[in-house]
Amino acid sequence: MSSDEQTRIISRRDLLRGVGVAAVAAVAPSTSVALDGAIAPAGAAEAVQPAATSAVRREAYENLTAVEADALEAIVAQLIPTDANGPGATEARAVHYIDRALGGALSSSRQAYSAGFAAFDRYCRMTRGASFVELSTTDQDSVLIDVESGSATGSGAGFSGSSAQFFGMVLNHTRQGTFGDPYYGGNANYVGWDLIGYPGVRTSVSAADQQLMEKGALKPNHRSAYDNEMFNKATAGNGHGEHQHGD
Amino acid sequence: MATRLKDTDVVVIGLGAAGGVAVLPLAQAGIEVVGLEAGSWLTRRDFAPDEIRNNVRDWPMAVQKANQEVPTSRATSSSPTGRGASHPMMNGVGGTTLHYWAQSWRLNPWDFKVVSETRRRYGASRIPKGSTVEDWPFGYDELEAYYDKVEYEVGVSGNAGNVNGKIDPKGNPFEAPRTRPYPMPALRWTAFLEKMAASARTLGWKPFAGPAAINTRPYQGRSSCMYHGFCNRGGCHVDAKNSTAVSTIPRAQATGKLKVVTRAHVTTIESDANGRVTGVNYLVDGTEYFQPAKVVLLASYTYENTRLLLLSKGTAYANGLSNNHGQVGRHYFSHHQGAGVSALFPFNLHAWYGMPAQGVAVDDWADDNFDHAGLDFIGGANLWVYSDRRPIGAAGMSTFGIAPNWGSEWKAFIRQNADRSNNAYIQKTTLPYEDNYLDLDPTVKDPLGYPVCRITAEYKENERAIAAYTQDKMEQWYREGGAIQVARAPLGGAMGASTHAYGGTRMGDNAETNVVNRWGFSHEAPNLGVLGASVMGTSGARNPTLTSQALAWRTAEYLAKNWKAVAT
Repeated sequence: MSSDEQTRIISRRDLLRGVGVAAVAAVAPSTSVALDGAIAPAGAAEAVQPAATSAVRREAYENLTAVEADALEAIVAQLIPTDANGPGATEARAVHYIDRALGGALSSSRQAYSAGFAAFDRYCRMTRGASFVELSTTDQDSVLIDVESGSATGSGAGFSGSSAQFFGMVLNHTRQGTFGDPYYGGNANYVGWDLIGYPGVRTSVSAADQQLMEKGALKPNHRSAYDNEMFNKATAGNGHGEHQHGD
Repeated sequence: MATRLKDTDVVVIGLGAAGGVAVLPLAQAGIEVVGLEAGSWLTRRDFAPDEIRNNVRDWPMAVQKANQEVPTSRATSSSPTGRGASHPMMNGVGGTTLHYWAQSWRLNPWDFKVVSETRRRYGASRIPKGSTVEDWPFGYDELEAYYDKVEYEVGVSGNAGNVNGKIDPKGNPFEAPRTRPYPMPALRWTAFLEKMAASARTLGWKPFAGPAAINTRPYQGRSSCMYHGFCNRGGCHVDAKNSTAVSTIPRAQATGKLKVVTRAHVTTIESDANGRVTGVNYLVDGTEYFQPAKVVLLASYTYENTRLLLLSKGTAYANGLSNNHGQVGRHYFSHHQGAGVSALFPFNLHAWYGMPAQGVAVDDWADDNFDHAGLDFIGGANLWVYSDRRPIGAAGMSTFGIAPNWGSEWKAFIRQNADRSNNAYIQKTTLPYEDNYLDLDPTVKDPLGYPVCRITAEYKENERAIAAYTQDKMEQWYREGGAIQVARAPLGGAMGASTHAYGGTRMGDNAETNVVNRWGFSHEAPNLGVLGASVMGTSGARNPTLTSQALAWRTAEYLAKNWKAVAT
């Protein structure tokens, strides 16, 4: 499937969900005008803008507040940055994945996001004198190291439990939104799969295909699992922890 | 008031790996069977290659019964109690065989005779202190015919190592004699697996392809494997994985003798004043039913088997069904120790389209295949190097301490190494101990108000010594294969809920120490049979499913052949 087809599919689904067409522009800068997802009514026709005139608009979020979304966009841009190794979580639209999931399978994490971002913002202001998005990337990195290591926990910012828990949750979800199936709203244009050399979802891999891959000659397959008509669509259920095999 | 349904000959509780096999010989013998399954039917359309749903979130299960009954666990009776977020097993016709790894091992003959063989070779003092291990009431030879039956009825691929005493180096030279080869050849190897096999040979070990309930050629009218890479916690989109939902259960239905009832939430088993079971109470969407039966076969998985017996009190069973000797819940153990080894290689492994049942096994350090005279433990482990990778999992790989977990440095690391790591599955002997057991949790209840199962268990010195010893072997193998980094997971502590859970209703001739007899029927309630790994007294270094299925077939066949004696 071409990337144009992918864009069309995402935009149709998002239109049905009341998200602005601008949301499909995978490279929308995170600092442009916000459509506050928290107040955008689901299915609001007025929120839909022609793509040509709304290219500068940022994602319209359904669950994150504008403040949370700004902070999260900035965090994921540090976690999986856009750099010499190519596109990162921003281009993958990892925040779009998280926003959608918070209204469904990850709804049990919604409170942890609200409380975590409030504490995160207090920590940035208390220790660095500004909100996260206002910090230099060097300061952003040092804040994230504090939060990851848990050293931000006892700062009085009000992390519930360890700040490392909040960090781990955001990192996990950012990876899901970068490397997961595009069906869920992230990994836009397959940037995550291309980054790590995953040759894509297939329903059949012959011995010859395997040998081609071993020679580095297997062409990446840019398809969602659900582009195959043979499968029923997944539904959003409540998430449970990842299982480990018996041992 | 429960609706009393029409009588049936046999009611089977749970149509998973074990119950789903037992229904076939019963139905073929003309016995009327009602199969009660908590879950619903799932088909190949439900099995999209979707890592987020299968491996990160949860399954396309219509029914979440198991997830509402997650056992609590604690290491010892004085440790704090914890509880996992979800159950290791799933509800559905076919049970967890829908998404298991499908490794289908026979036990080693030593596993049936741990006590007598240890005494004979090393002396009685070598049985670990506090262990309640017993010899099985029969040896490997008794089960061979049933292993063979299930391998052909379900469909297992693999390379035989010993057919009637003739050793074939393509298979496991340590396996006991089998009467004929597997019905299908083993799953193919990747170039990396070939390389690891060659490295094992360099070390003087004997590598071989492991057995799997996955078709490698069209079998019973179903496709061969497509190697698409979503087998780990994934159902099969072409029915090449031989779940009982596509093998034995439909064949039993075709006889007209099996009635499958889905969404049946079993609450208790009824018994009379004489100690015989009379039927099963269950709910479907809140409506109560009583299914009377001449025989009840309990096949609901290890934790639920113990829980249902303890919850099913009656005039003859004040402490729970078949528990007048206090043995229900005892002799619990699992393969949950972890203690794996992972490695980083300086080249891509091309593992994106593999599956966990596709791999290289080494049995040189398993069971009693090596001399333990100078060692401080008995038993051992099967070393398993397999091919299995998906993108989110790959992104979550260990950075082996040479890169951070995020940022540009991490991104450069993952770009280079996402396909360069391997995690060995080291499956170890675990023994039962006096203070490792299952019972009912005193405070945590399911949504119906029934207590959940509580695990009190920890890994002991023998198990930890096996883990440390076999981690050394695994590291040696990885280094020989060219690994540039090797990391070891910690040795086991608390023994939490697992897909490889054994005991609670152990099988043995002695009614003082075992719940079921050598045929799988209760020592106390003669028309109650128990199926699954809960009857197994040792684990070996093997996935339990094939042995559970062989035992289930044997119990069902015994019932069919001795119908009057058991049912009346």
